Amino acid sequence: MTAPRASLPTPAHDSRSWGEIGLEKRHSNERRIGILLIAASAVSILTTVGIVAVLVFESIGFFAEVSVWEFLTGTRWTPLFESKSFGVLPLLMGSLLVASGAALVALPIGLASAIYLSEYAQDGVRRVLKPVLEVLAGIPTVVYGYFALLYVTPLLRTVWPNADIFNAASACIVMGIMIVPLVSSLSEDAMSAVPRSLREGAYALGATRFEVATRTVVPAALSGIIASFLLAISRAIGETMIVTIAAGATPQMTLNPLRSVQTMTAYIAQTSMGELPHGTVEYRTIFAVGLTLFCVTLLVNMVSGVVLRRYREVYE
Amino acid sequence: MSEAIRNPAGPVELEARELSVLYGETRALKYVSLKIPDRQVVSFIGPSGCGKSTLLRCFNRMNDLIPGVKIEGEALFQGRNLYGTGVDAVDVRRRIGMVFQKPNPFPKSIYDNVVFGPKINGYKGDFSELVERSLRQAALWEEVKDRLEANALSLSGGQQQRLCIARALAVEPEVLLMDEPASALDPIATQKIEDLIYDLKQDYTVVIVTHSMQQAARVSDHTAFLYMGEVVEYGPTNELFTNPREERTEAYITGRFG
Repeated sequence: MTAPRASLPTPAHDSRSWGEIGLEKRHSNERRIGILLIAASAVSILTTVGIVAVLVFESIGFFAEVSVWEFLTGTRWTPLFESKSFGVLPLLMGSLLVASGAALVALPIGLASAIYLSEYAQDGVRRVLKPVLEVLAGIPTVVYGYFALLYVTPLLRTVWPNADIFNAASACIVMGIMIVPLVSSLSEDAMSAVPRSLREGAYALGATRFEVATRTVVPAALSGIIASFLLAISRAIGETMIVTIAAGATPQMTLNPLRSVQTMTAYIAQTSMGELPHGTVEYRTIFAVGLTLFCVTLLVNMVSGVVLRRYREVYE
Repeated sequence: MSEAIRNPAGPVELEARELSVLYGETRALKYVSLKIPDRQVVSFIGPSGCGKSTLLRCFNRMNDLIPGVKIEGEALFQGRNLYGTGVDAVDVRRRIGMVFQKPNPFPKSIYDNVVFGPKINGYKGDFSELVERSLRQAALWEEVKDRLEANALSLSGGQQQRLCIARALAVEPEVLLMDEPASALDPIATQKIEDLIYDLKQDYTVVIVTHSMQQAARVSDHTAFLYMGEVVEYGPTNELFTNPREERTEAYITGRFG
């Protein structure tokens, strides 16, 4: 088909010169939009700065009365008792115990699901399964908490009858399940990003599907997988509801998951709901613990940032 | 038509019998029959989408990896149907190696790339000896012998491709399939790959897909011209290029289409 080019309508020449379109107005509009967008992002930045400032400010008040050394090395946490002790280690240990237990549950299950989704599942199955798995992340944590207390704990106590009613293990298991989607979804993203040509290269050498997954895809996606692990761990350290409901309120130095413990988050939740007089040292413990919690999660996030950069695989 | 397919005499290594590949409803390869002789180089040429890569990938069952693909007919290796019952694709690929269009070394060290295949295949011998032998076969040893622990991705494109060849040879296959192995390389690297192919046919049957007719003419003993999923003509390379029997072959090799 030969289009009659000559008959195409030629565009009428624009008689306006460039300056007349309203350069002035457009520029001032652009400026206004720019300011609006900066303001929007400033809200979150300023809030963060504000929170950190309050944490630091109140903590300074706390450390005026309690030495940093006592706080960081003391092994008893009894700020609300007659004989006051302000050693944060029991709370820190509780947090780390619960977080590592949750990681122990979530990392293998999450990685296995990611391998299944990325390497084994057919397209249709993956399209259905991935969102379903992500729904797990949308369940309110308070529901998880009661699930832990009312279903998982009795189950644990049939196996270990001497386990405490409130115990770390129950919180670990349920929190682990809660963060599985975080691990599986992000790991699956990292694994799907591994180029098809690498998989083909491995298949062509006689690798089985499992060998392709474990020896080619997982190593190539390692930085993303580790980042997903660290993100999940930092989420577990910060998680509050499950541990408040199921893990107990007994700050103690123990590595036994069947015992009742208290995490930093649970302490803050429990204490801030109490009726502590404003400005007392007991009241300020909340901020000191909050600052510690902030530092720990910040550390984990920074480590994950470094890992992401250092182990970033360039595929081609 | 039958005289356009001139199968070589002598022992047959690979054979396609009425072989078809269907992607859904589309028949990408249509009832192809040809024989590939032992320890010679055969090239498949033809315009893009003619089915030459598809045919190549039938011989190590790489097409199996594509969802919704269906294979009809037979692809035989040493007389045995690769798609027969009881034949495992993993075993097939251990005996029939493949090199791809774009160099695809694993993001690991040069050494680890070479030992990848032998390791998963349970190789029991001396790995460093195997690495040296494979790299020498791929004409890469002299360039990398002092930095076997370096990341394979630090190599140039041509070196990467020779590493991929070394990696494939380390599994000690009987056949080497090459899917446009030099199309992403510069002329000097291409020359090296072509020299290598010439050496490899002492020990291996080599099947190469190429879009370069000059390359097919330089490296192969026999050439098949494919068009629209069919083998239009197949015969000794010099005959096919100097005296094509099919009009479409002539049209393609003289550059009238494709």
